[in-house]
Amino acid sequence: MDTSRLKRRGPCEWELPASGRMRVPGVIFASKELVQAMDDKVAEQVANVASLPGIVDASYAMPDAHWGYGFPIGGVAAFDADEGGVVSAGGVGFDISCGVRTLHTGLREADVAAVKKRLADLLFARIPAGVGSTGALRLSAAQMDAMLRGGARWAVKEGYGSEADLARIEEHGCVAGADPTAVSDMAKQRQRDEMGTLGSGNHYLEVQVVDAVFDAAAARAYGLAQGDVVVSIHCGSRGLGHQIGTDFLREMVIAAGQAGIVLPDRELACAPLKSALGQRYLGAMRAGINCALANRQILTHLAREAFAGLLPGVRLPLLYDVSHNTCKEEMHVSADGRQRRLFVHRKGATRAFGPGHRELPAEYRHVGQPVLIGGSMGTASWVLAGSAGTEERAFGSACHGAGRAMSRNAALRRWHGRNVVDELAAKGILIRSPSFRGVAEEAPLAYKDVGEVVEAADRAGLARKVARLRPLVCIKG
Amino acid sequence: MIGWQTFEHEADVGVRGTGATLVEAFAGAALAMTAAVCDPATVAARAPVLVGCAAPDAELLLLDWLNALVFEMATRRMLFARFELAITPSEGGPHLRATAWGEPVDVVRHQPAAEVKGASFCELKVAQRADGQWLAQCVVDV
Repeated sequence: MDTSRLKRRGPCEWELPASGRMRVPGVIFASKELVQAMDDKVAEQVANVASLPGIVDASYAMPDAHWGYGFPIGGVAAFDADEGGVVSAGGVGFDISCGVRTLHTGLREADVAAVKKRLADLLFARIPAGVGSTGALRLSAAQMDAMLRGGARWAVKEGYGSEADLARIEEHGCVAGADPTAVSDMAKQRQRDEMGTLGSGNHYLEVQVVDAVFDAAAARAYGLAQGDVVVSIHCGSRGLGHQIGTDFLREMVIAAGQAGIVLPDRELACAPLKSALGQRYLGAMRAGINCALANRQILTHLAREAFAGLLPGVRLPLLYDVSHNTCKEEMHVSADGRQRRLFVHRKGATRAFGPGHRELPAEYRHVGQPVLIGGSMGTASWVLAGSAGTEERAFGSACHGAGRAMSRNAALRRWHGRNVVDELAAKGILIRSPSFRGVAEEAPLAYKDVGEVVEAADRAGLARKVARLRPLVCIKG
Repeated sequence: MIGWQTFEHEADVGVRGTGATLVEAFAGAALAMTAAVCDPATVAARAPVLVGCAAPDAELLLLDWLNALVFEMATRRMLFARFELAITPSEGGPHLRATAWGEPVDVVRHQPAAEVKGASFCELKVAQRADGQWLAQCVVDV
């Protein structure tokens, strides 16, 4: 990115001054190296988001920001309904509520070493993954609507997990205001066979070991110690969320012109929050969030069954579950000191509430929200904690992952999946995937260095480093 | 003659079809979308699936066409390798009727890398170039 247009505010904070149609400035949180490596499209997209009606304070980009659709991936923007604010289907994206959850195992690395291969094979057999895979669960129309209203709470009632899980999920596993009637029949049809499936692309289930601790107090609160084995699941709302995105992007593009909203990029498709379409999208999008939460809850149950089959007595209690493609209604104090109800879009960005926030589980409140950062097969994942004062920086948000450094085509030209699997196995990382081509496209070096991203998030005061997780087994979709 | 290619996007995949007619360009874009998932040469054009859509303009029609195929791929667990289309103008915008030929996903043989979540407005373009060739393209989210 050409940095000549940016004003440096701090070591990891850059301002894109408001100009042209921008109603507010842009703010990019990144080190000099990361911001220089970003595509110019990121600045263009940050500026475009800043031009949307009712945007509050600034259009933000996280350290892992990269070229997305309309919003950059790693983009955060909040809108005030009372000031003509909008909700954007493009600002949430196709994979509504894609996110990460991490589970404790109570095991140490040595406990897993002897059964690692069998564990990898068992998880691969039990977790439906990849293109064309289907789940065992089929929902009737009434059950589908109950799932869309109830999220993980519905899944627990159906026997997938326990009440204790719900306290460790944003919104206690169920976002209010979901409207199944706003979800199209096509979206529900796409979900028919996909409950409890991982999906494909960058989605995964990993067995990981804590290989470094950076914040002893937060690690203790989260129940993490060096050498502990955990399981992380990265996936989203599957076909239902994808179809909701498709349906409303189209409808909002057509309606935006009728509402007098100038879209600098059609992928910024949006509708006023105080409009029938805006409200209908919120209802459908919240149903999509609940679908993702239910899906991760079912996958958790499948992982628990697999572990218990091999290691009787092992339980997998939930550490936390975060979503990173959402629009959430939250109370924030804006830069002018007013307490306001805002609709915060986080597209490829994680909610990262700081210490003391009342939304957090009591046992985590003194250290801040766990922020779970996904890795890329061979590379580390991270557990961060929301920093003090993060609500004043980017409405309590942080990064979500490494972000791609190389396109899928380029990765496919450079690597062969079989070789990637063999090389990672030599490093002690067992990959199980239905597709070697998928593995090649997701090769670890096709992604940016996640370590640089979390370092920048830490230095920017968004979320501080707690623990680094090294992969042992990766079930890749 | 139907031409197709995928093109670079930082996070996802661009799909582009070209041809002497709009219909050929749309068929090429669909073939490129299959290529975003797997090698189209591995997909046998065995079973027909009927698809139809209508839109206010040609660019929205391309999105609707690709998204209709995404829906059929997802719900039928199929991949498609051959497309027969007809596009007819009408007062409210063009209509498309098509038969997509393909087969159920065979994970071992097709080695599908990633499912397509949806066709996006990113890099969306339908146009006739100076040389008379038609172009139809957009980025698909995978």
